[in-house]
This record gives sequence, structure tokens and C-alpha cells, in this order.
Amino acid sequence: MSDLTRMSAAQLAAAIASGEASATEVTNAHLERIAAVDDRVHAFLHVDAEGARAAALDVDERRSAGEPLGPLAGVPVGVKDIVVTRGVPTTAGSKILEGWRPPYDATIVERMRAAGLVMLGKTNLDEFAMGSSTEYSAYGPTYNPWDLGRIPGGSGGGSAAALAAYEAPLTVGTDTGGSIRQPGAVTGTVGAKPTYGGTSRYGLVAFSSSLDTPGPCARTVEDAALLHAVLAGHDPRDSTSIPQPVPDVVGAARQGATGDLTGVRLGLVREFGGEGAEAGVTAAFRDGLDALTKLGAEVVEVSCPNFQYALPAYYLIAPSECSSNLARFDGVRYGLRVGDDGNRALEEVMSLTREAGFGPEVKRRVIIGTYALSSGYYDAYYGQAQKVRTLITRDFTAAFERVDVLVSPTTPFVAFPLGSRTSDPYQMYLADLYTIPVNLYGGPAISVPCGLSEGLPVGFQIMAPTLADDRMYRVAAALESAVGTLTPGELS
Amino acid sequence: MTVTLPPYDDVVARYEPVIGLETHVELGTRTKMFCGCPIDFGGQPNTRICPVCLGLPGSLPVANKAAIEATIRIGLALNCTIATWSRFARKNYFYPDMPKNYQISQYDEPLCVDGWLDVEVEGEIVRVGIERVHLEEDTGKTLHVGGATGRIHGATESLVDYNRAGIPLVEIVTKPVPGTGALAPIVARAYVTELRDVIRSLGVSDVRMEQGSLRCDVNTSLSLPGAEWGTRTETKNVNSLRSVERAVRSEILRQAPILDAGGKIKQETRHFHEDTGETTAGRSKETATDYRYFPEPDLVPLAPDPAWVATLKESLPELPRVHRKRLQTDWGLSDLDMQSVVNAGAVELIEETVAAGASPEGARKWWLGELARRANEAGVELVEVGATPAHVAELQGLVDGGKLNDKLARTVLEGVIAGEGTPTEIMTARGLEVVSDTGALTAAVDDAIAANPDVAAKIREGKVAAAGVLVGAVMKATRGQADAKTVRELIIARLS
Repeated sequence: MSDLTRMSAAQLAAAIASGEASATEVTNAHLERIAAVDDRVHAFLHVDAEGARAAALDVDERRSAGEPLGPLAGVPVGVKDIVVTRGVPTTAGSKILEGWRPPYDATIVERMRAAGLVMLGKTNLDEFAMGSSTEYSAYGPTYNPWDLGRIPGGSGGGSAAALAAYEAPLTVGTDTGGSIRQPGAVTGTVGAKPTYGGTSRYGLVAFSSSLDTPGPCARTVEDAALLHAVLAGHDPRDSTSIPQPVPDVVGAARQGATGDLTGVRLGLVREFGGEGAEAGVTAAFRDGLDALTKLGAEVVEVSCPNFQYALPAYYLIAPSECSSNLARFDGVRYGLRVGDDGNRALEEVMSLTREAGFGPEVKRRVIIGTYALSSGYYDAYYGQAQKVRTLITRDFTAAFERVDVLVSPTTPFVAFPLGSRTSDPYQMYLADLYTIPVNLYGGPAISVPCGLSEGLPVGFQIMAPTLADDRMYRVAAALESAVGTLTPGELS
Repeated sequence: MTVTLPPYDDVVARYEPVIGLETHVELGTRTKMFCGCPIDFGGQPNTRICPVCLGLPGSLPVANKAAIEATIRIGLALNCTIATWSRFARKNYFYPDMPKNYQISQYDEPLCVDGWLDVEVEGEIVRVGIERVHLEEDTGKTLHVGGATGRIHGATESLVDYNRAGIPLVEIVTKPVPGTGALAPIVARAYVTELRDVIRSLGVSDVRMEQGSLRCDVNTSLSLPGAEWGTRTETKNVNSLRSVERAVRSEILRQAPILDAGGKIKQETRHFHEDTGETTAGRSKETATDYRYFPEPDLVPLAPDPAWVATLKESLPELPRVHRKRLQTDWGLSDLDMQSVVNAGAVELIEETVAAGASPEGARKWWLGELARRANEAGVELVEVGATPAHVAELQGLVDGGKLNDKLARTVLEGVIAGEGTPTEIMTARGLEVVSDTGALTAAVDDAIAANPDVAAKIREGKVAAAGVLVGAVMKATRGQADAKTVRELIIARLS
């Protein structure tokens, strides 16, 4: 294995900036690694070797010409295949978009290109980001580098597994109910969901518009913060984007890495303490909490009584929005078209296209959402869920009057065996029990490794008030300084 | 089966019509509602499109502030309350002219509510209540090829043009208008006319029904006096002011015999046919789509600042009714004369003709006379007759300058309507100018005298009235191009 693939993004950027390594060498090392292991991991749906080499060469030439380079210039990145990339296939993990090459770049892709990041390709995901295991990808599952018989989490399993398998030092994910954090937790990597509106949604194939948030995935907290700083910022093309400066997340991560959390109050959500989490997960989380206490943090128990309704509220709001967002996939303008034999009526072609193009979980949610928005049911379902969302937001606001951040395990269980939860949707949905509340509120949250259970990684979640993304990076970096990063064994 | 319709007067004597109007106005903003694509009429299909108005995966809408401002100004001009909190909503249904298979519209939180518009009908003011004014995006245009009906069912191919998709569209919904009796069709037309004039005066749309920038759906129901209102039908495809009136009238006439026979009116959408003046059944509302409205999560709510709204209110232009009062004084018209100008849809045409240099009398004479007659013959609105205010002003100038007489001027106007050019061009090309050269006329007069010795003798005897015959002969000989008064003077001078 090349040393370059084992380095952090910060180290790679420094090596490129100093001339120790060229961006081309770094890119080639990662492309070789992908070629060597991805048939076993299946983190990538599409590798754009040519585009990556061209982008790397451009960085090398600009460096030779003495042009100023950004802090991540030349560093490779994998992008979740729900983010639109100009001229590069974008499938959202669905057959319905097979072969679609978008005519434009997402804002976050533009920002990464402008910063000199080198896009390696597109990573695997549950279809339209709906799922917690990446088993619902229409192109086959991704395998967890810690144990190839287990899931890498989801929906962003490809982005997380690519990091754990050293195929990329950085990846981009999207988090609607935990799709960055839960894969981070079960692969022993770092995943951050920024404040909703802190990173632009323009160019994210929409799943649930009021929840979708793109964010960074990395192997270290500092790397996540560095990528966060590139991705974030106001975008006039997204009217829900917040017109405010981005908090200094990199500075906060570096401050946290010094290991001093004196005076920081950590809120332990009482309602998360009950049943649900595996004993090993709870134990590793407690170890993390102890480590933070030793660094000076204070632990306060807080009550968030409405969190118990978060999962049902989420599974009404997200499907409702998705039922509308996914209506455009009808075979008329792009993507798959089925049954257009000149004899069938338009409605029939649309139905056949959607029947063939969508997988089971997408269909389930489209049907639930269509029902929840129906006349006569709206108030009881969608309307009620929005009220619950308001109550959950109030729980957060009240809690943050007493504590600086809230902490919990990221997910109740370690990576589960492939196929073990696909037959029962509810068992799958439970994977997001701890990650969903903060999505409904809109604040930032991060998952950082805190130890192992049965030899598998456990994630520690830190949630912060909206726009206080820097605060969670400080605590996450402090935890990382205490427990260290996790390294999986060599792939079998 | 032939159905004999009862006479209209009989129907409205027995039934009480209630009307309601839903009007869609395409705003004339520079760019579309949710993206930066330019707005223009016509153009090659699918050239004014981008990821946003095509609804490509990942694209997001951003609301056009100018469109919001225009909507609020319309609301203010219609005496509405402007919301301090308003949201867009998604209206979900599958149709290929809708790129996202939902339309961004407004549902229970529109920008403007609860206003009115005063309409003058036969000297009386009718106050039409305004339920709401809201903002939405237009759909694309579909062309169904290969079917018998031109509609999607039975077509072998459908072509879609998304140039129109995303153009800001303002929907203005009236409250039900009862109590207009036999005048219901005229009130409907007067309302749409007044609304069009109000919106045009605001400068926010060109409100041209023939181009679809003003579109109207007409609701009509009948009930027995004092009874509960009847079931209404919604008539679509009403594409001119004249059609508004005809559509209401034809629905009244269609519904009455059904009710007479003890039948029930089906709540449905009906299509108006310009050629027959009748409506046919469309989609039944009983099986209507459930639009599954919900607040548009891609757009932040609107909270118009009351101070800004107050500024907009202060800067509203003179509204048409006030403006018309001023014109009436300027032009020195009686109420009745002004009413006929309004009814003919000629206010602006005359105003522009006067602005182009004609006298108010001259301008009014042409628009209400010859041009109104021709518009009526052709079954088009006056504005579409084919002559512009500039043409009319130029024509009247030629008459005033003695170059054309009335008869010649009408011939020239015929040429203008036929698109042959400007009045001066047509006069020159066709050689229609009044012959005022007395040398040429003298010869024609002499010929006429020589050809009619009996008449000449009578005139010599002092029977001057007989000159008319000779004038007629001279006019004929000069193909009407002589000035009749000059001819007469020449004849009498010759024979005295």
C-alpha cells in the first residue's frame, strides 16, 4: 500500500503545497487503491479517473506557476452520487436515473473545484438516500471495510467505506436523518452534518427538502472541518441557505485538539438512556464521556420529552416531501423510460417507468408520503408531524440554555450483518433513532469514533445549536485527541 | 337530437345566475418566477430554459422579488389586504407540461386577500368581491399531434415547449357574484375588461388575451330566486372579452333546460368553443385530482414589510376609472357617449390616437364608427382590427388637410386593414388623393354639362338643386377623387 493513501487530508495538502508530493501522484495513488480494493468494498458507483487526473494536473501546474492554492488543493475527494456533477453520471443510486449526465454542477461541487479538490468519482448510497445500510442501492450494496459481511451504514455507506478502505481521504455526504453520521459511526470515521442552510442544497437530488444537508466525511476531525469550510457558505441559488458567515470550524477543531474542555457543559439526553442501544455501544459511549470529563467537561442530564416522537414525525415529513420531490422522475425528460412502444398511453408509460425504476424502499416512502399529504389525512399526519417538529425544536432550544452541546451514541448498534434488517423496515429505521431529532431541529451534529464494541467501531454524537458548528468540532477534536482514530485491519 | 333552447330573457326571468371568475395574468417581469431565464413571447421552442425551470434533479427555485412586488401592487389596486406572512405551496399532479410534476403555487396563505373591484355596467356600479390574489408559476405548453381532438387522449405524439414554464402567473379569484340577473354576462365581461385595464395601468403585464397573457375561467350557476345557489360549472378556454360574455350566456342557456326538466347540473370543467359559442364537457370535478398541497419546503416564507407595502400603495398610478373620468372631461363627452366608448373597448385607442395628433372628435368617429363596424364583422376585438392609433391619426390628418374626403378615407382604411401600409402610402399607391386641380376638374365639368344639356338648362333657369346630378357625374368621372364642394361651385359658376 502506498503511504499517500494513509495520510490525512491535512497532511496531503501540506505535502502537495511543499512539493513533497504532486497532486498527480496523490491522485494516482488513490486511483490505484480504488482499483485494488473497490471490487470488494464497492464504495464507488463511478470512478472518473480521467477527470481526476486532469484536475490534479491543473493543481500541479498552478503550483508550478506560483499561483496561491487553497488549504485542500490537490486533495482527492469522493462525492456521494446524489450530488449533481456536470458531465459525470449521477444516479442517486437509482435505476431511474441510470445514464443521466447532468448539465450542471451542484454549488458544493463548484466550491470544491474552485478550491482545487480533485474529484475521484461518485460514491454508493441507498437509492435517493433512503436507507441506513446502503443495501437499497439499485447497484448493489457497499461492504464495511471492518467486516465485509457487514453493512457500512447508510445512506452514505459508499462515502464512509471509501474512507475506511483508504480509497479517499475525504468524501462528501448528505444527511437527512443521519446519512452522514450513522455510516461514520459504523465505519470508525468522522461525519459531520452542518447546520441546515449552512451548506447549499443546490444540486442535491432532493429527498426531503426541509432536512437534506450536505456535509463532510473524513478520517479525522480536522479534515472534516477543512472540508466543511470549503463546502459551507451562503448560496443565492438556495433560498433556504443562511446568509451568514461560516463559523471558524477549522480553528475550533484545532483548539479542541489541544485537549482542554474546561467549562464546557455536555448535555446527556435522559430520553436516549433507555432501551435500544446495545450494551457494547453504551459502554464505549460511556468511555468517551469519561474521556471528555477528564479534559474538563461537565456532564449535565437534560430532558427532551418530545424526542420520543422524532422517529414517527420524521417518517411522515421525509416521505411526504419525497413523494413530491420524486414525482419528476416520470421518463418524460431524462433517465429511464419503460414501455414507450407507441401504443401505450402517457400515464401507462409513466407508471411502468416508475414501477421499474424505483426500488422497494423508495416506493414504500412515496406511497406513505402520498397518503400522508392526501386531502382529509393531511392534518392528522403531515400537519401533526410538523407540530411535533416544533416541539422538538423547543426541546433543543431549552436544552441549549443549560448546556453547550448534547451528546449521545450516534446509533444504537454497531454495523449489522448484510441482509439482517432488510425484511423489517422498522428495525432498519431504528438505526437513526439518535440522529433524527437534530435533523428536525436543524442544528449541526457530528459523529466521531469513541471506541470498539465486539471489534467494531462505535460513534459518539455531538449536537450543537444552529450556527454553532464550531462548538461541535471543538468537542469532537478533544474526544479524538483522547481516544485516537480507529484503524481497521487489512481487507480480507 | 335537437334541443330547443328557451329564450334568454325567459331564462333569466326565472333563474338567478351567480358568476365567479378566475383570471390568470402572466407578469411581464424581465425573468421567470424562480430562475433567471428571460421572458418573451414566441421564440424557438425550448430555448429559454435552464435546470431550474426544467425541474432538473437538484435544481432549486428562488423567488423573483419583482413578481412579488407586482402581485402586491395588483392586490393593492384591487383593495385587498396584503398578508404579513405568506407561503408558496406545492400543487401536485402529473402532467408532461409540468417539469417537476408539481406546480409551485399558493394555497391557504396567499399574498393578497379580501378586496373588490368596482365595475360600471349601464351607468350602475357593480362591486365585484375579490377572494384572493396569489402568485404561481406557469406550466409549459403541449402540442398533441395525431389525435382527432388535439387533446392528449388519442394523440400519437406530444410535443412540449418549456419556454413558458416558470413564467410568473398571478391568479385573481373573485367571490361569487350574485344579483346581476340578466346582466350577468355583461358584468362578467365588464369585470375582466376593468381588471385588464387596472393591470395594464400598473404596467405589470401586457394583459393580452389573444397571446394568453390574460386567461380567464368563468364559473356559472343558476338557482331559483331565494333558493340555495346551484351547482357551478367552470368554463375554460375563454380567450377574449367577447367570449367571456358569450360563455356565461351559453352556460345560462345550457343549464336552464336541464333544471327545467328536473335534472342536476354536474360540477365539471367545460370547454368554450369560439366557433360555436357553446361549451362542451371536460374533466369531471367529482373525480378531480387530489393536489396534495403542502408548504413549499424549498422556499422561505414571505413576510412583506408593511412599510414597504405602504410605499407601494402610495405609488399606485391613477386607476382606470379615475383616468377615464379625466379623459371624459378632456374630450367633452356626455356620460352616455363615454359609456359607449368604454363598451367598445376604445378608451385607450382613442387616447393614443389623440396623443398621435388627431382631434378627440375625429379619433372617436373612426374607432366607434367604421372600425367598430369592421371589428364586429370580423368578430374580433377593436384592438385587433388591424389599424393602429397612429394609422387613424394619420388618416384623420389627411382628411383635415383636404387630401382625402370621407369616402376616400374609408377606402384608404380598407387598405390599412388589409396591411397594405400607412394611409399616406396607400393613398399614393392607389392614386386616391382628392383632385383639387381646377384645370382638370373644369374639363370634367364641361364634359358633364355637354352630356346633360337638359340638366344644364334647368340650372341656367335658376333651379340650382338640379346641380346634384352633374356633381354626381363629375364624381363618377373622377372616381370619387374630386372634392364635391369644389365641383358644385365650378358647375354653378359655369352655368350662371
